[in-house]
Amino acid sequence: MNVDLIPGFLFKMLTEGLPTTMALVALSVSIGFFLAVPTALLRVSHNPAVRVLPYAYIFFFRGTPLLIQIALVYYGLSTLEWIRGSEFLWPILREPFWCAIIALSLNTGAYSGEILRGAIQAIPRGEVEAARAHGMHGWLIVRRILLPRAFQIGLPAYGNEIILMVKGSALTSTITLLDITGVARNLYARYYTPMEAFVTAGVIYLVLVFLLTRLLRWVEGRLSRHLLGPPETELAQDRAS
Amino acid sequence: MLTLKKTATALIAAAGIALGAQAAQAESIKIATEGAFPPFNFIDAAGVPQGFDVDIAHALCAEMKDDCEIVTQDWDGIIPGLLAKKYDAIIASMSITPERQESVLFSNPYYNNQFHFVGPKDKDFDISKEGLKGKTLGAQRATVSAQWIEENLGDTVDLKLYDTAEEAYLDLDAGRVDLLLNDTYPTYDWLKSDAGKNYELKGNSVIDDDVVGIAFRKDETALVDKVNAALKAIIDNGTYAKINEKYFPFSLLN
Repeated sequence: MNVDLIPGFLFKMLTEGLPTTMALVALSVSIGFFLAVPTALLRVSHNPAVRVLPYAYIFFFRGTPLLIQIALVYYGLSTLEWIRGSEFLWPILREPFWCAIIALSLNTGAYSGEILRGAIQAIPRGEVEAARAHGMHGWLIVRRILLPRAFQIGLPAYGNEIILMVKGSALTSTITLLDITGVARNLYARYYTPMEAFVTAGVIYLVLVFLLTRLLRWVEGRLSRHLLGPPETELAQDRAS
Repeated sequence: MLTLKKTATALIAAAGIALGAQAAQAESIKIATEGAFPPFNFIDAAGVPQGFDVDIAHALCAEMKDDCEIVTQDWDGIIPGLLAKKYDAIIASMSITPERQESVLFSNPYYNNQFHFVGPKDKDFDISKEGLKGKTLGAQRATVSAQWIEENLGDTVDLKLYDTAEEAYLDLDAGRVDLLLNDTYPTYDWLKSDAGKNYELKGNSVIDDDVVGIAFRKDETALVDKVNAALKAIIDNGTYAKINEKYFPFSLLN
């Protein structure tokens, strides 16, 4: 291994690749989240006709490899004449970045929807009943009880999904995007030094995921503050008074 | 009667000596090709190696009056296989490079590689550094073409790199890239296909020093001399031109 190459590689990956990877993950996780909420809510519907739509969506995106989904959006759609001719669609689908965003968002939307569904179903029945007893119903219960509680219950699993997206975004290097992996593959091809290029890229991903887990742990702590109870000293004071 | 018998015996003996002499002269040479680079080398429906490289190999063997056997070997292991004496030569469109010359001995070039830009027939391009400024160019990752663009136009064009030639063709057809830089001869096959019918080679070959040779083990200098002589002979007697014509309407030697 030629260690002298690594600083140059690292610089190129951080300046050229990292911003693309971050933008891909931030955007697709955000869009995916907004897809996940309605997906999960429709999934827990009592009406089978309503349930089937999110079921089909989740079934497709969970059942096929992300690589195939990315290739379908980028290479597949571009072979259709009516898409290439469309003044509205083609300016978006022409760009590898937006193709990647579409594929990644739809993919993470399906997984997150399923995580959120599980979380909603894990909310103790009593909490919803208590809300009803307070005179809340319908959308108000969803807004005040179901979703906040589901986010809290589903957060550890959802954090996992975000981490998977950080690594999944590496697949976009197959559609000419220069994310961290894309830059690494080009450097490897240029200098014939797979170890140097991929070790450097791997370390960047490790640091990225490490920072993300810290952030997620902090958010988890914030959301479950009420479970920790008041600090010991306050408790003692309460008792004393 | 006796004379006749004697004569016959003498004749048979003479023939036997002649045959023996010829057998001693004719070497048996095992030649490897890749079989995955049409139209240069590929395996036909019957499982037999075919293509330009294979035809050249047969022509050389016929010229040298040697027995040849063509075997196929994956690209990754093709030089190690030669060094391990699994076969004696490689005819697989292998470019002569200093790196490869460290481990093998090359014959004289048997064709010259060319690299042309490919673009849509209905658009004109000025193939020069100024003319290509700001254009989006495509090439296959880890190829001579990609390296050439990076080194010569890297700072003035937008370069997209693809894992396979097919993906690059798809994006050219989708209009995501203006031009591709590619090995000319395999591209020529694509241009003949239905998918490539609206495209053509643009300008001249941008690289002209990439030549292809037959690889041997480094100690086989006698065999290399013999092959070089045979190569010159088949070029001079028109056999090479006939094989060339079978695959391409232009000469691979310029």
